[in-house]
Amino acid sequence: MSDPQLKVRDLKIGATVYPPGEKPHDIEIVHGVSFDLEKGKVLGLIGESGAGKSTIGLAAMAYGRGGVKITGGEVWINGRDVLQSGTGDIRKLRGAEVTYVSQSAAASFNPAKKILDQVVEAAVEQKKFSRKEAEARARDLFDKLGLPNPETIGDRYPHQVSGGQLQRCMTALALCPEPDLVVFDEPTTALDVTTQIDVLMAIKAAIRETGVAALYITHDLAVVAQVSDDIMVLRHGNMVEYGSVDQIINAPQEDYTQALVSVRSIEHAEKESAGDPVLSVRNITARYKGTQFDVLHNVNVDLYPGQTLAVVGESGSGKSTLARVITGLLPPREGEIEFAGRTLSPDLAGRSREDLRELQMIYQMADVAMNPRQTVGTIIGRPLEFYFNMSGKEKRKRIIELLDEIELGEDFMDRYPAELSGGQKQRVCIARALAAKPKMIICDEVTSALDPLVADGILKLLLNLQKIEDVAFLFITHDLATVRAISDTIAVMYQGKVQRYGSKTQVLSPPFDDYTDLLLSSVPEMRLGWLEEVISNRKMESAGN
Amino acid sequence: MPLIIKLLAQRIALGLILLFLVSGLIFAGTIILPGDVAQSILGQSATPEALANLRAELGLNEPALQRYLSWLGGLVQGDLGTALTSGRDIGESISQRLSNTLFLAFWAAIVAVPLAIFLGLLAVRFRERWPDKAISGVTLASISIPEFLIGYVLMFFFGVKLGWFYPTATAFRPDAALFDKLESIALPVATLTLVVLAHMMRMTRAAILNVMQSAYIETAELKGLNGLQVIVRHALPNAIAPIVNVVMLNLAYLVVGVVVIEVVFVYPGMGQYLVDSVSKRDVPVVQACGIIFAAVYIGMNMIADIVSILSNPRLRHPK
Repeated sequence: MSDPQLKVRDLKIGATVYPPGEKPHDIEIVHGVSFDLEKGKVLGLIGESGAGKSTIGLAAMAYGRGGVKITGGEVWINGRDVLQSGTGDIRKLRGAEVTYVSQSAAASFNPAKKILDQVVEAAVEQKKFSRKEAEARARDLFDKLGLPNPETIGDRYPHQVSGGQLQRCMTALALCPEPDLVVFDEPTTALDVTTQIDVLMAIKAAIRETGVAALYITHDLAVVAQVSDDIMVLRHGNMVEYGSVDQIINAPQEDYTQALVSVRSIEHAEKESAGDPVLSVRNITARYKGTQFDVLHNVNVDLYPGQTLAVVGESGSGKSTLARVITGLLPPREGEIEFAGRTLSPDLAGRSREDLRELQMIYQMADVAMNPRQTVGTIIGRPLEFYFNMSGKEKRKRIIELLDEIELGEDFMDRYPAELSGGQKQRVCIARALAAKPKMIICDEVTSALDPLVADGILKLLLNLQKIEDVAFLFITHDLATVRAISDTIAVMYQGKVQRYGSKTQVLSPPFDDYTDLLLSSVPEMRLGWLEEVISNRKMESAGN
Repeated sequence: MPLIIKLLAQRIALGLILLFLVSGLIFAGTIILPGDVAQSILGQSATPEALANLRAELGLNEPALQRYLSWLGGLVQGDLGTALTSGRDIGESISQRLSNTLFLAFWAAIVAVPLAIFLGLLAVRFRERWPDKAISGVTLASISIPEFLIGYVLMFFFGVKLGWFYPTATAFRPDAALFDKLESIALPVATLTLVVLAHMMRMTRAAILNVMQSAYIETAELKGLNGLQVIVRHALPNAIAPIVNVVMLNLAYLVVGVVVIEVVFVYPGMGQYLVDSVSKRDVPVVQACGIIFAAVYIGMNMIADIVSILSNPRLRHPK
C-alpha cells in the first residue's frame, strides 16, 4: 500500500464567535478528526450545516474562512505537515498540490475576467505549466467534462455560460494544475437535479481519469454515495462513523447515520378533492416588464380547501413567477385568479385587507423575511394587530398559542431572530403566516435552505397544522422528495407551461412524458451504481447543457 | 440597439440637459448679484446721465430673457461675449487662463491619482496594521487642514526657509520651457495633491475592501496568489466603477476648486480671473467662467458614469 496522499491526525479547529449580548469568545468547532486518503480515492465528508465539513476541507489547504483558526493536529500532504509550513510554502501548495471547487461557481468566478484566464491562472502562476501548455490542458479538460465548444468556451465571461457549465469550468480550474488532491465543497448543491447528475458524472469521470485524490463534501448522502469510495459522517465537529460507502449505506452502525439514511420517510396519503376550490388559476399568461417573452403560458391549476398543491419544476420553469401572479406582485397579461369564490384584483393595490389576510406566504430564506431588530413576539404579533386589532393580554395569549403550535413555546417570545437556528426561524415564519388565520398559504421553497432532518421536522409540522387549521398549501419546490412527502395534487412545470397535472398518484405513475421522466429519474437514490444506470437510461438531455 | 449604446446615449443626453439647466441658473444668479457694472467702471463720482448712457451702451436695459437667449445663442456658437470693463473678447482672454489652470490641474492629477490608488491598495494589503493606520492618519490630517493654510505652510518651509522651490508662482511664464514651468508650480501642485489625496485613497480602500468579501477572492487566495496579486488582479477590476467616480469628482475639483490656491500662489489661472471679475462686477466674464466650470464638472461626472457602464462585463459582453 502506498503512502496516503492526505493524512489528517487529531485536527482541531476553533473560531471566534460574537453572540448577541455577550462578549466575543473562542469556541472549538472541530474536535480532533483523523482520516487517511490514498491516491486515486474519494472520501466523502457528510453532515448537516455546522458539522464542520467545509472547515475540515479548507484546513487541507491550511485555510480558515473569516475568524476560523486551526488550533491543533496534523495535516500531512505528500509527506509534510502543512500546518507547520510557513506562508510561502502554503502558498506554493495552494493551487498546485491542492485545489478547491466551491459550492457556487457563479460567485467563485471573477465576473470581470474571461473563464480561460481564470482556469489557467494557478497552473501558470505556480509554474506547473507554461501559459500555452496550461491553455491546451484547459481545453482538453473542457472537452472531457462535456462542455460545449471546448475550444472557445474559455473566451467567454462567467455570466455568459449556464450554472451547470460554470460548475464544470470550476472543476476544470481545479484539475488544470494537475493537483494531487482536490477538495469538492458541495459542488452540485446549487444546481437543478437534472443538471446535477450531468455534473456529477463529469466530476466522477474526471477524477477517475486523472487519478487524483478527492475530498467530496456534501450534505446529501445519496449524492456522495455515487462518487465516493469511503464516507465519513460528521456531526457538531465530531466524527460519527467512518467506513466504506457500501458499509455506510447498507449497514450503518450509528443511530445518527441510520437517521440520515432513512430520512424522508414521511408517508402522506393523498386526500380526495372535495367541494369548491379555494384557489383557481385560470389561463394565466404573464411576462416581466420590459421583456419580450412570456414567462408563463396559459397556466391552469386548482387548489382545494385543506389540501396541498405542489408546483414542481427547475429554476427558470416559472414556478416562482406563478406565486408572484397569485399574490398580486406581477399582474398577468391574460387570465384571472379566483380565490374563495371571488375574482382577485390582478394587482396588489386593488386587493382588500381581507384578501391579504386570507392569502399568506412563507419564504425560502427565513433569515431575510424577518426584521432582525424585532423579537419573535413582535414578529408574530404584527398580523394580530394588523388584521384583528388585538392588543395587550389577548394578543399575548394568542402569540403563546401560536408558539405552542409550532412546538417552540413561550420562552421564545423575547428572543431575536439571530438567536434562533435555521429550523426555528422557519417555524416563526410559519406562525406569523398562521396568525392571520389564512385560507391558503404559499410556501416558496420553505425547506430548501434547511438540513434534511430539520426539513423533515418542518414538513411534519406543516402537515400537522394543515389538519388542525384546515389551511390549503401551495407548495413551490424543486425537490421531488418533498413533493412526495406532502402533496395531494401536483403540477409539473417546464418552460413556463404546466407539463403534467393531476393527483399525486396520477402524476407519479407511468406512463410519463419525457420531461417528467427526466425529472423523476434525476432524484438521487441512495444505492450504489444509481448514477451510471440513470445516465444510460436517459431519453432527453437536461436543460443545463 | 444594444443596451450599452442606449445607456451611454442616455448619459450623454442627460449631461447636455444638465448643462443647459445650469446655464439658466448661472445667468439668473449673476443677474440677482448686487452691484452695478456701470457704477464700478465710472466710480462713485459719476453723474446719473453718464451712468444711464453707459448702461444703454452695455445693453443692460434689455429684458433679462432676451439677454439670456442672445448669451445662450453666442455660447452655442462658441462666442463667450465681450468683457464689460476691458472691452476685449472673453474667449481670447479666457483661453490662456484656462490652459494655465488645466496645466496646474493636470500635473496635480498626474501626481495625486496614481499615488492615491497606490496608497489605497497598500492600505488594503496591510489593512488594520500600522501601514494602513499611518496612511489613513496622514491623509485625513491633510484633508482636515484648510487648503490655504497648507499652501502657506509649504510656502514658508520649502519656499522661504529651505529655498528649494519658488515660494509663489509669479515666476510662471506660459511660454517657458516645460521644466521651468514645472519648477514654478511645484508648491501649488503639492498643496492640491495633499487636498485631494485622502478622499480618493479612502474611497479606493473602501471599494476594494468591499470586493474583498466576494467568493472569487477566496478562489484567488486558494490558487496560491500572494496578497498584492489578489488585490490587483481580482479585486481592483471589480472596484473600478466607484474608484473612477471619486477620481473624476476630484479631477473636477482640481479644475474648479483651484480658486483659493491660485490666489494664494498668485497663479495666472481661471480662478484669479474669476475673482478679479467678480470684484469688478464684470458679469459676462463671471458667467463665462461659471459655464466653463460647470461644463468641466458635468463632463467629468459624465466620463465617470460612462466608465462605470463600460467596466461592467455584463453590459460589455451581453449573452
